[in-house]
Amino acid sequence: MGRVEIDQSFCKGCGICVSVCPQSILKLDMDVITPKGYHPAVCIEQDACTGCASCATMCPDVAITVYREVRA
Amino acid sequence: MSEKVLMKGNEALAEAAMRAGCRYFFGYPITPQTELAAYMSKHMPKRDGVYLQAESEVAAINMVYGAASCGVRAMTSSSSPGVSLKTEGISYLAGADLPAVIINVQRGGPGLGSIQPSQADYWQATRAMGHGDFFLPVFAPSTVQEAADLVYEAFDVADRYRTPVVILADGMLGQMMEPVVLPPERDLADLPAKPWATSGTHGERAHNVTNSLCLDARELYEQNVERFERYAVIEREEVRAEEYLTEDADIVVVAFGAAARIARSAVNDARAAGIKAGLVRPITLWPFPAQAVRGCNAKAYLAVEMNMGQMVEDVRLAVEGAAPVAFFGRAGGVIPRPDEVLEQIAALAEGIGE
Amino acid sequence: MAEMECVFERPKSLLPVVTNYCPGCTHGIVERLVAECIDEFGMEGECVGVVPVGCSVMAYDFFACDMIEAAHGRAPAVATAAKLVFPDYLVFAYQGDGDLASIGMAETIHAATRGENITVIFINNAIYGMTGGQMAPTSLPHQVTQTSPYGRNPAYAGYPIRVCELLSSLDGVAYLERVSVDSPKNVRRAKKAIKRGFQNQIDKVGYSLIEVVSTCPTNWGLSPEDAFAWMRENMLPYYPLGVYKDIQADGFADAAEAATARAAACPLVNGTSGEE
Repeated sequence: MGRVEIDQSFCKGCGICVSVCPQSILKLDMDVITPKGYHPAVCIEQDACTGCASCATMCPDVAITVYREVRA
Repeated sequence: MSEKVLMKGNEALAEAAMRAGCRYFFGYPITPQTELAAYMSKHMPKRDGVYLQAESEVAAINMVYGAASCGVRAMTSSSSPGVSLKTEGISYLAGADLPAVIINVQRGGPGLGSIQPSQADYWQATRAMGHGDFFLPVFAPSTVQEAADLVYEAFDVADRYRTPVVILADGMLGQMMEPVVLPPERDLADLPAKPWATSGTHGERAHNVTNSLCLDARELYEQNVERFERYAVIEREEVRAEEYLTEDADIVVVAFGAAARIARSAVNDARAAGIKAGLVRPITLWPFPAQAVRGCNAKAYLAVEMNMGQMVEDVRLAVEGAAPVAFFGRAGGVIPRPDEVLEQIAALAEGIGE
Repeated sequence: MAEMECVFERPKSLLPVVTNYCPGCTHGIVERLVAECIDEFGMEGECVGVVPVGCSVMAYDFFACDMIEAAHGRAPAVATAAKLVFPDYLVFAYQGDGDLASIGMAETIHAATRGENITVIFINNAIYGMTGGQMAPTSLPHQVTQTSPYGRNPAYAGYPIRVCELLSSLDGVAYLERVSVDSPKNVRRAKKAIKRGFQNQIDKVGYSLIEVVSTCPTNWGLSPEDAFAWMRENMLPYYPLGVYKDIQADGFADAAEAATARAAACPLVNGTSGEE
């Protein structure tokens, strides 16, 4: 189990995270325009996130923080 | 304690710079400053200092930029064509408010020119050491002793005002040997602190940035204004000239560096011939000692230079039309003779009805 | 509720500043990797970065360590001096292709051949980005740019420079690797290379350069994803990824030792010349 936090003040809506997410749970939110004028990335299914951090690894704007469940 | 030694001007410049606490020298071979770099290469290692022969003048001045940014006393030296290459870096030093010392042992130009002494870089040094709005202090020694003293002081002036400083020497001064009393060795621990330097945050402060980029027009304008306020202080505090027999002089010769040595002989000869001649020798070329020149209230002025007439424009600006200003010079490495200067003085004396 | 731990966050050495880079620009990835490496060595406080002229000209605002903005192409000269003043600091130069391989080629080659213990991060995206997409020294033959509107014609515009290959012949060089950041796997590989470059500084092994084959979605006129595809298709065959020099893998302690071995037949180099 994992969770991503996307800081919309950094996100420029480039979509790289969307294309690399192996779970296909990220998309650009076309209903939102950030103050800088971008459609930011959002996670549409947090429950499906594995916390693999592929999105954050590829994010050019370091907008993504990733959490993962601590294994017992 | 202070020993008197016989040294070439180029060597005295190098030795005094090291005594001023300079431990970083970056150079590139060019005549007639060769002995300066050679002396550095021999003596820097003995002081645990750095002599680095750069791949170009451009690289050398940018190494000075890097070292100065890191908070140490750094220097480069060259001769006219090489100084032209350094002007990019000097503009960046000025724009980033970094202290450094640049020595120009001038030769004849333009272009590759000659390797004989010249003062043809006066305009470059005082007006255009690079692109953008800036000045920098320019010292013009006329003896080997003064070369040592001025380069020693140049590092303090550079640090005090956070500005590059130029020593405008020439091939004659660089090559001649004279007795010199060298200044004392500065203790590196006593050099001024530089809290702005990129010397590592050590996790104790926000990062320091050395930079001349400013994309906000208003902010860059304000930076320029602040820099010119500093220049105003330099103009007030650092302007320097030597006056010789000017008190009652009808004819005042204005000359700097090696040309001033010749002019002084001519002034003595003129006095012997009954002409009231005097000499103003600018020691700082920027700021130009306009007050010293104007204050002579001479009936006529004569600028003597080893070029086609550059400083003469500053003399005219200083005199503001109050008296005629004549020029005599030799360029390309030809050195004016005292008797030629005397002839000019005599002609002027005749013109004013002496 | 299961306990969660943070597995990915902004490195400390990278300030929380929104960059000037276009969406999808790989500069941001590479700068983050550099910052991660600085953090992992714990040397943010003893680090001086030198940035170029080009798109990354304002990177001095992004790193938390002390930073110097150099004149166009002169970063290696500036970094050389910084390293001389602080031999035990991490000193890196971060440069683009125009800065490093065109106007700054002399500084690049000479810093390398002097074996300066610095790490150069070289972003090769085959174009001048900041000025709006002109032909770069690494632009490919027939690549269309603003100043090669009919495609780079080698007949008069010559050929691109392969920087790693060019520098690999120089004795002062300890490590050269060409990487990319077009996939999570390649990003991890790139980070390993950058870290190796920093380790080489600490070990005083010699000059290290990491070339990152990058993209410029804006000036290439492609989406970030399509830009990666174009890069893989066109740039990687011309600029193959891999290690181009590794003096330690070759069995030498440092670049100096390798240089001496290479010139073993020269009496002056191996100290047997003259009969003093």
